[in-house]
Amino acid sequence: MSTKRLAATAVVSASVLVLSACGSGGPGGGGGDFSDGKVVLAVLNDQSGVYKDLSGPNSVKAVEMAVADFQEKYGEEAVVDEIEVVAADHQNKPDIANTKAQELYDREGADIILDVPTSSAALAVATQAKEKKKLFIDIGAGTTELTNGQCNKYTFHWAYDTYQLAQTTGTAVTEGGGKEWQIIYPDYAFGQDMDKSFTRAVEEAGGTVGDHIATPFPNDNFTTFLTKAASAEPDVIGTMQAGGDLINLVKQYNEGGYAADGIELAVGLMFITDIHSLGVEAFEGVQFAEAWYWNHDDENRAWADRFLEETGTRPSFAHAANYSAALQYLEAVQAEGTDDADTIVGNFEGKEINDVFLKNGTIRAEDHRVIHDVYLAKVKSPDQVTEDWDYEEIVSTIPAEEAFMPLDQSACSMGG
Amino acid sequence: MNEILQYTVQGLAAGSFYALAALGLAIIFGVLGVVNFAHGACYMLGAFAAAVLMDLVGLNFWLALIVVPVLMFFFGVLLERLLVSRLTALDPLYNFLLTFGLSLLLVDLVKREYGVSGQPYTRPEILGGQLTLGALRLPTYQVFVLVFSLLVCLGVWLLMTRTRIGMIVRASTEKSELTRALGIDVNRWVTPVFGFGIALAGLAGVLAAPFRAITADMGSSFIIILFAVVVIGGLGSIVGAVVAGFLVGLVEAFGQAYAPTLSQIVIFVLMAVVILIRPAGLFGREENA
Repeated sequence: MSTKRLAATAVVSASVLVLSACGSGGPGGGGGDFSDGKVVLAVLNDQSGVYKDLSGPNSVKAVEMAVADFQEKYGEEAVVDEIEVVAADHQNKPDIANTKAQELYDREGADIILDVPTSSAALAVATQAKEKKKLFIDIGAGTTELTNGQCNKYTFHWAYDTYQLAQTTGTAVTEGGGKEWQIIYPDYAFGQDMDKSFTRAVEEAGGTVGDHIATPFPNDNFTTFLTKAASAEPDVIGTMQAGGDLINLVKQYNEGGYAADGIELAVGLMFITDIHSLGVEAFEGVQFAEAWYWNHDDENRAWADRFLEETGTRPSFAHAANYSAALQYLEAVQAEGTDDADTIVGNFEGKEINDVFLKNGTIRAEDHRVIHDVYLAKVKSPDQVTEDWDYEEIVSTIPAEEAFMPLDQSACSMGG
Repeated sequence: MNEILQYTVQGLAAGSFYALAALGLAIIFGVLGVVNFAHGACYMLGAFAAAVLMDLVGLNFWLALIVVPVLMFFFGVLLERLLVSRLTALDPLYNFLLTFGLSLLLVDLVKREYGVSGQPYTRPEILGGQLTLGALRLPTYQVFVLVFSLLVCLGVWLLMTRTRIGMIVRASTEKSELTRALGIDVNRWVTPVFGFGIALAGLAGVLAAPFRAITADMGSSFIIILFAVVVIGGLGSIVGAVVAGFLVGLVEAFGQAYAPTLSQIVIFVLMAVVILIRPAGLFGREENA
C-alpha cells in the first residue's frame, strides 16, 4: 500500500487537480512582486454534479487556454514566468465552497478564484475573498447580491445575473405580446430571486404576473404545476427551473400541448448544454437570455473552434467568460507587474474591455458588476440547424447599460 | 372538478413509475431479504439504455419496452451471481451497503461517459398529443403510461398468484425453511427473481425516458420516494407496493396542486402516519416488518 496509492486517493477524494502550465524561461522572473514567485489561478466549480457540463472541467480548460494565449502573446516579455492553474470541486455546497476557498487561498497560494456557480456558494467565497484580501471573479452564479448588499472590494461579477436575465427575457417576451404571466420557480435562493426579478421586469414592461408557483428542488414531476398554471389561461408560463429540472418541465410542457393553446413558455436561465441534451425540437421557438453565443460572429467562432479542439465540445457562455476573466486578470498582472490584489483591483475598476466574451464591457468601479452587451436568443427549429451545436438565433442585442441593474438601484457600498 | 380529475390522472401516471419500480424492490426484498439501494440507479440505467440504444442502433420505444428489461434482467442476474449472493448469508446491512456503493458507482460511471446534462429521446408520434374526454384533456403519453403499468402490475400479480413459479416464490418468501423441507430448491429461484426485480426498475426507466430528464442523477431522488412507497405498502408486499405506489403518486399530485411547497413532505408525513398506525405497512404482516 504505497504512498502512491495514498496520494492517488487523496487527489481523487479532494477532486483537486493541479495542472501546471510551463513557463518558457525557467525560474528567472523577479519573485519580489509576486507572492511565491508565481501566479496561481484557481477554478472552483462543480466538477461532478448538475453544473458540470455547462462549466465544470471545461472551464478549467478555458482558463488554461487563457494562460497559453497570455504566454504566447508576451513570451519573454511576460512579467511572470510561472503561471499555475488549479481546480477544485465545491459540489454546489456553500460549506464546501467556503472550506475549498480557504484552502485555495492559503495552501495552494491562489491569487484569484474563478467561476463558482450556485449563488449560496458564490456568496461564501466572496466572504472569504474579502477576509483574505484576495481576488474573486464570479462567473457561474446568478445572484445580484454579489454586487449589491454583499458586495466587497475583492469580488467581481463577470457574466450574468438574475436582474439581467429578467431584463432580457421578461421585458422582451412581455413587449412581444405575452402580457399575462404565471411563474413557476424552484423554492430556493436562486428561484426566489428570479421570481422577484422577472415579476419586476414583466410589470415594468406593462404585463401582469398571476400566480407565483413554488416547486420543490430537485423535482422530476411538474405536470400538476403546469396544469395549475395553465388553468389561469395565461399568455406565458415563465419557468425559473434549471438543469435537469428544466428538462423535466419542458418535456412535460410539450406533452401537455400548452403551446397549441397559445400558452408560451419563457425560460429564465438556460444554457446551450440544455438545448444540446434535449434536442432543438423540444425547445423550438423558446426565447431566452444569452450572455454569449459561440456562433454569433467570426471572433466567437474562431475561439469556439479552438475550444472544440481542446475539449471536443462547443463552449457555453460560462466557458467563454472564464477564459475572458482569466485573460483580463493576466493582462492586469502584466500591466501592473504584480499579483498584489489591491493593485489589480485598482487596475480593474472602471476599465473598459472588449474581448471575445466581453463586448462593450466595463468593470463598474462602484459595485464591480461587469456590464457588457447581452442577447435575446431564440432556439432554432430542427430544419434551421446546419451543424452540431448550431441551435440559437440571436434575436436582438441588449446594450450593456440597459441590460444590467442601474447603479442607483444597487445597494452596494464598498467597505473595503 | 375538471382539474381534480386531471390531477388524479397525473397523480396516477406519476404513481405508475413508483408502482413498477417498487414492485421490483418488494419482490427482491421478499425473496432475498435484500434492500436494493441500487434500484434508483437501475431505473436510471433503464432510461439510459433506451436513449443510448436509440442513438446507436435506432431501437424504437416499443422495442425498448421489451429489449431493455431483458438486458436489465441479465444485468440483475450478473449482479446477483457476482456480488449480492456472496453477502446474503451475512447481516442484511452488508447487502444494503453493497447496493448503496453500487448505485454510487453506476451513477458516476454514467456521468463519466455521458456527462450530467442528459440525453435526448423521441417517443413515437402516436403517443404524442392529447386525449380529449369532454372537458377533460390529458397528454396521451400519461394515459399510456398509466394503462401500461396497470397491465404489467396485473400481469405480475397473476404470475405470483396463479402460476406454480409464483407459488414457489411466494412460499419461499413467507416460509423459506418450510418450502425447503418440502423439497423445493428455493435457491434456484433467487437469481431470476433478483433479475426480474431489476428488469422492472429498468422498465420504469424506459417509460420515464420520453417524459422525464434522462440524467445520471434521475434515480437519486427517485429511490428515496421509492423507499417511502415500500414502507407504506409493507416491506415485501407485492400488492402493497403497487397500491402504495399509486397512492404516493396521488398524494404528490394533490400536494403539488394545493400545497406546492409541502408536496414532498406530505409523502413522508403519510409514511410516518402509516408506520405509527400500522408498523408493518398497509399490506405488510408483522413478521415481515
